[in-house]
Amino acid sequence: MSDYRIEVAGDSALIVYLGEQTKPEISAKVQALASGLAPFMGAELVDMVPSYASLLVIFNPLLCDHLWLRAQVREQMQQAASGSDKQGGKLVELPAYYSEESGPDLAPLAKNAGLSTEQVIALHSGEEFRVYAIGFAPGFAYLGQVDERIAAPRLATPRQKVPKGAVAIADRQTAVYPAQSPGGWNLIGLCPTPMFNPSSEPHMPVAVGDRVRFKPIGREEFFALGGELPSFEVSQ
Amino acid sequence: MKSEPMSSLNVIAPGILSLLTDAGRLGQQQIGLTNGGPLDPFAFEWANRLCHNPSNTTAIEVTIGGLVLSAAADTQIALTGAELPLSVNGQAQPMWQTINIAAGDKIQLGYAGENGSRAYLAIAGGFAIAPQFGSTATVVREGIGGLDGRALQKGDKLPIGTQTPGKLLRLPPQARPHYAKAVNLRVVVGYQQQYFSAAAKARFFHSEYQVSERCDRMGYRLEGPSVSATIDGILSEGICLGAIQVPADGQPIVLLNDRQTIGGYPKLGSVLSLDIPALAQLGPGGKVRFSEIDIDSAHHLLLLEQRRQDQLRAEEV
Repeated sequence: MSDYRIEVAGDSALIVYLGEQTKPEISAKVQALASGLAPFMGAELVDMVPSYASLLVIFNPLLCDHLWLRAQVREQMQQAASGSDKQGGKLVELPAYYSEESGPDLAPLAKNAGLSTEQVIALHSGEEFRVYAIGFAPGFAYLGQVDERIAAPRLATPRQKVPKGAVAIADRQTAVYPAQSPGGWNLIGLCPTPMFNPSSEPHMPVAVGDRVRFKPIGREEFFALGGELPSFEVSQ
Repeated sequence: MKSEPMSSLNVIAPGILSLLTDAGRLGQQQIGLTNGGPLDPFAFEWANRLCHNPSNTTAIEVTIGGLVLSAAADTQIALTGAELPLSVNGQAQPMWQTINIAAGDKIQLGYAGENGSRAYLAIAGGFAIAPQFGSTATVVREGIGGLDGRALQKGDKLPIGTQTPGKLLRLPPQARPHYAKAVNLRVVVGYQQQYFSAAAKARFFHSEYQVSERCDRMGYRLEGPSVSATIDGILSEGICLGAIQVPADGQPIVLLNDRQTIGGYPKLGSVLSLDIPALAQLGPGGKVRFSEIDIDSAHHLLLLEQRRQDQLRAEEV
């Protein structure tokens, strides 16, 4: 775990790069470093933003400085190198109602991929994804990586309104929209599980480092789990 | 014992954009929640100090102006930040000073002109708003904080805390910030700076940029000489306050309090946090220049500024 690089991000922020790619091993290193630094949160450290291959760390310049933080990072990296701490993360199963009425881009995506919609569903639900990052909007979890065969570029014209719960693909990433928002990802289904709830604990069913598997459900089960069918904007 | 019904300030007109906020939301970025909070922390802090409130008390950030309130109780207020006309029952009142308010008074804010865009209205005892994720800061994009995560609207009743009236204070005029129309922002170079050529960097630090129409609490998009990076994008990563993001068109965007927590555009570094208010007080057409500073010098400046703040005293009116 010696391969890392620390860069200045701002007057009170450093960013630690642990790799350059979307890979579970690199994401696990990010998680390990974040947990190692977690005891300083609320005091020397003000905020941490884990992402695919980096950890942004914001410090309180009145309580410490970048030299102190560099030393802490080095220490954590050495401990991680000598230890065997595997950050597994919990497995979360998310129900998904894949269909043309709940996922307007399912059929076009299948067509472009030269697959049947059933094959797309099988590939999307047949794999365990990792939560690489949370951002864009509260509770928006970036999951990866989807099978190359169902990877699809973002829509040329993003939708003004993507409904809450939309299961979506962009390139080799997939996600569930936690709330209605604009968005350019390909919508292939709907998930009835709330991804972000400000008034309940925990606020999210997943955290960075967790594993996610989608479970195909039918129309009836979708409604039974509290799902609602919104109207979709036509994609471009 | 029966508790008194809480008193309130009532919104007659919300103005352009008025947001309830405390000092900001920290430690929630791992679930995608941004910081929010006042774009001009100095002015925010002093609005509260002049009302004898602790730091981090909930006040209102007023962008441009137009806010009109009526008071349902005797209280004290202070308005700081961008220079705009303030009146109580039609009588002009000074900014940067404690003002006594009687129940039934109408508090009216005019519109900011040349000197700044963001003003802060604090009230003795603060606005009694329940925090969400540890903060009352309103982030409209997220629908979090304030009243239902939205800007103030006509008819809102803003509950206020109770507090014994204190002495009338003012910040001495020489201690008040001057909001210029052309500002120099110090930049701590970092992030993907290696992906900007020496020529691009030289252009960036020796050119004047103009604030575009696209400037809001998320970020300020600037217009001027292009400073494209040698790469189009990077693996998405955390974005700190003041980060200078450069999309493919080469026009820099300085990211502010309501920014997205992660993103994939190359960044040159970040504006010194002490200089953010000067930028955020600019409106479209404001002029911006950048100068380079290293993290060690930046750190000294942050410590010095804290000491200056600690030593700064209000005077009695």
